[in-house]
Amino acid sequence: MKKLEEKIFKFLMIGSTVLILSVLLYILYVIMKKGLPSLSWDMISKIPSGGFYLGKEGGILNAIMGSLYLISFSVIISLMISVPVVMYLNFTLRRKSRLAAFARLTFDVLFGIPSIVYGAFGFTLMIYFGLQASLLGGIIAISLLIIPVMIRSIDEVAILIPNDLVEATKSLGATNYETIKVITRQLLPGISTAVLLSIGRGIGDAATVLFTAGYTDSIPTSLTQPTASLPLAIFFQLSSPVEEVQNRAYAAALVLTIIILTLSFAARYFSRRLSKNKI
Amino acid sequence: MELMTAPSIAEQPTPKAKSSSGCLRPHIEVENLNLYIQNNHILKNINLAIPDKSITCIIGPSGCGKTTLLRTFNRLHDDSVDVKITGRLFVDCEDIYAKDAEVTHIRKKMGLLAQRPCSLPMSIIDNVVYGPRIHGVRGKRKLYAIARHQLNAVGLWEEVKDRLKSPASKLSIGQQQRLCLARGLAVEPEIILGDEATSALDPISSKTIEELFVSIKDKYTIVLVTHTLRQAKRIADYVAFMYMGELIEFGTADQVFNHPKHKLTKEYISGGFS
Amino acid sequence: MLKGRLLKDRIARHYMLLATILSIFILFLIGGGLLIKSLPIMEEKSLWTLLTTSNWRPFKGDFGFASYILSTLYVTAIAIAIALPLSLLTSIYIIEYASPRILRAFTAVVDLLSGIPPVIYGVWGTLTIVPFISEKLAPHFVEFSTGYSVLAGGIVLAIMIIPLIISILIEVFSAVPKEMREASLSLGATKWQTVKKVVIRKSIPGIVAATVLAISRAFGETIAVLMVCGNFTDLPKSIFDACYPIPALIANNYGEMMSVPRYESALMFAAFLLFFIIVLFNVISRLVLIQIDKRYQL
Repeated sequence: MKKLEEKIFKFLMIGSTVLILSVLLYILYVIMKKGLPSLSWDMISKIPSGGFYLGKEGGILNAIMGSLYLISFSVIISLMISVPVVMYLNFTLRRKSRLAAFARLTFDVLFGIPSIVYGAFGFTLMIYFGLQASLLGGIIAISLLIIPVMIRSIDEVAILIPNDLVEATKSLGATNYETIKVITRQLLPGISTAVLLSIGRGIGDAATVLFTAGYTDSIPTSLTQPTASLPLAIFFQLSSPVEEVQNRAYAAALVLTIIILTLSFAARYFSRRLSKNKI
Repeated sequence: MELMTAPSIAEQPTPKAKSSSGCLRPHIEVENLNLYIQNNHILKNINLAIPDKSITCIIGPSGCGKTTLLRTFNRLHDDSVDVKITGRLFVDCEDIYAKDAEVTHIRKKMGLLAQRPCSLPMSIIDNVVYGPRIHGVRGKRKLYAIARHQLNAVGLWEEVKDRLKSPASKLSIGQQQRLCLARGLAVEPEIILGDEATSALDPISSKTIEELFVSIKDKYTIVLVTHTLRQAKRIADYVAFMYMGELIEFGTADQVFNHPKHKLTKEYISGGFS
Repeated sequence: MLKGRLLKDRIARHYMLLATILSIFILFLIGGGLLIKSLPIMEEKSLWTLLTTSNWRPFKGDFGFASYILSTLYVTAIAIAIALPLSLLTSIYIIEYASPRILRAFTAVVDLLSGIPPVIYGVWGTLTIVPFISEKLAPHFVEFSTGYSVLAGGIVLAIMIIPLIISILIEVFSAVPKEMREASLSLGATKWQTVKKVVIRKSIPGIVAATVLAISRAFGETIAVLMVCGNFTDLPKSIFDACYPIPALIANNYGEMMSVPRYESALMFAAFLLFFIIVLFNVISRLVLIQIDKRYQL
């Protein structure tokens, strides 16, 4: 009887593993099958002509450049907030401080908030400040989204730095700021991983940019212009009746997937580098 | 204080156990045992006979393989991927490394006390009766009686009788080790294996565990890996000395400690190396 | 020389404190901002009406969220019902029974795939799951289904959250000390008994945490569900009917919300609902975990 139970479960377990693996790989297969035929040099170097929804010509350069702009600015802003916060929590405040515990709790909650809430909130902010749907709006929303991601990721590494290291620099007479400069150098691999993770999260998210960045055929030339983005390029063009437009959507999906997979590889590579150089 | 005999779990038919009346070998007999970890020859041609109902201590410098050897007795290496074992190991005349040997009933014959007390994530009483439950014993009163008997045997009953349902992890380390012993005794083993069972404990708890071993040795065959010579001198009936994966010498405690035959043994005993 | 250094230190300290306060403040800003924006509609209709009626006619001023709330719950429930058992089974197998090589390979695959954006799952769902339901599955059960349904949403969501749950569970199961497994095996338990009574039991806090995280993700997921759920307001009568979860509601209608009075406030209320539920859920589960830790000290 016992043996039977074990056999049944073993069968279920192996079945479940195989099922999950196959489904995930199947997804990649479908995306490649649909996107590869449409992926051409033209596709990634031209913007759509004749209107993105119905125009047959052109490619997805608007979305690619738009996403690049959006994520670059967002990452810069995010770094300017996240790094100081993590440094403050770990190396300026005492480890057991109440403020640090409360801050970490807040960030954990923020981490779990769905992206549509960030999008809706970003929209509210934009209205309040009189902004239109634009590159700037998208940047604000994405930054808000990825700040908790970045903080959590860097914090995970910063926490591992042993106390003695910090005390050693301080006992040499360094100020807190100088100590932090030294530690930052050590944390660079961790920060790079955090950046890669945040890019992955931010570049693929549709709900944040839906209200805030607008959509357009062209590449924005200023912060106040609306911009296309890869996730929305997929979403809006997928349901078009025109086949060429649909193909643009599949191509965008493939491009996005390739970007994400590359980022994941890079992030794993960096975190392995990190643990190799441990003291 | 009453003392009732522990309700037996021997109602469970043990599969394929050779009757002890037909068995002429010592309780545990190791025959040409070799163990390799990833092609490193760790245990070299061990031949050893563990006498019944007495305390055998395995001594030797750290890294000599005594823990590895102990763990071959209850096939704990089964789950290690890179381990290869050749040779035969007889428990009650049954080669436990034979192709068709069934491992759970072999392990049931042996209780293992590890170095760091490892209580299972459940209450005190659930810990003690975990083994009997696994082997099919049912009935709250029966299980309670088993728990009470074993906890008494290890001297823990008075300390925990009012909080049997509280988590075992709340006990002190010394108490936890005694709990682990009670847990091991509850499956009615014939053999008790101790892997440096007192090295993580304070002197008082250590002494209690040692005294427990001595008090039960007339009912069980006890094999202990000891990290200190002093412990072996205190409680061993028989001593096996190992060095670099080989069994160097085996004999009664008196023989090994007072009239060692081998030069290495002599050096180790006189504190030459550790 | 020293003065310069001290000055830099002070500036740095102030900047860091400011950044920290600002970041903490974001949480309250979002909650507060959305709440303020929701006030107009909350003043007009009682909270009860908003949450329990299912009349949704913005042009007539009717805003009943009940069917959206229910849709969200249905889809999330299906997703968890599919994802949790599969993830548990797979994680246990990978940790307890598979060789280290398989463990490493599998973890790598799961890691890579957990970063794939929801919109990609949405595309795949539209191409694969929706036709499958419409042509192969639904005909056995109902007369007609477009395939855009509660079930489609649930399945797509489940696939999305499985890598997340698995990566947490793998860590949790790996953290069970080897000695504990050995103690159980030494008593004569089989591997499966050890897994059932020791490994899983010790991992309960971790399993709960993984579930909570998964539910949060499923609850708030917008784009993947939106693409396969049908976006139809009427209350779904079966899992093969279309549905309309809250995130989809917000996403689909932001364009029109400025044109109708109270529409914007209603959608912001929906966003606030999401925010509130998830924050509440997070806090409660944290408290539950602390209690489990205290009582059982696993």
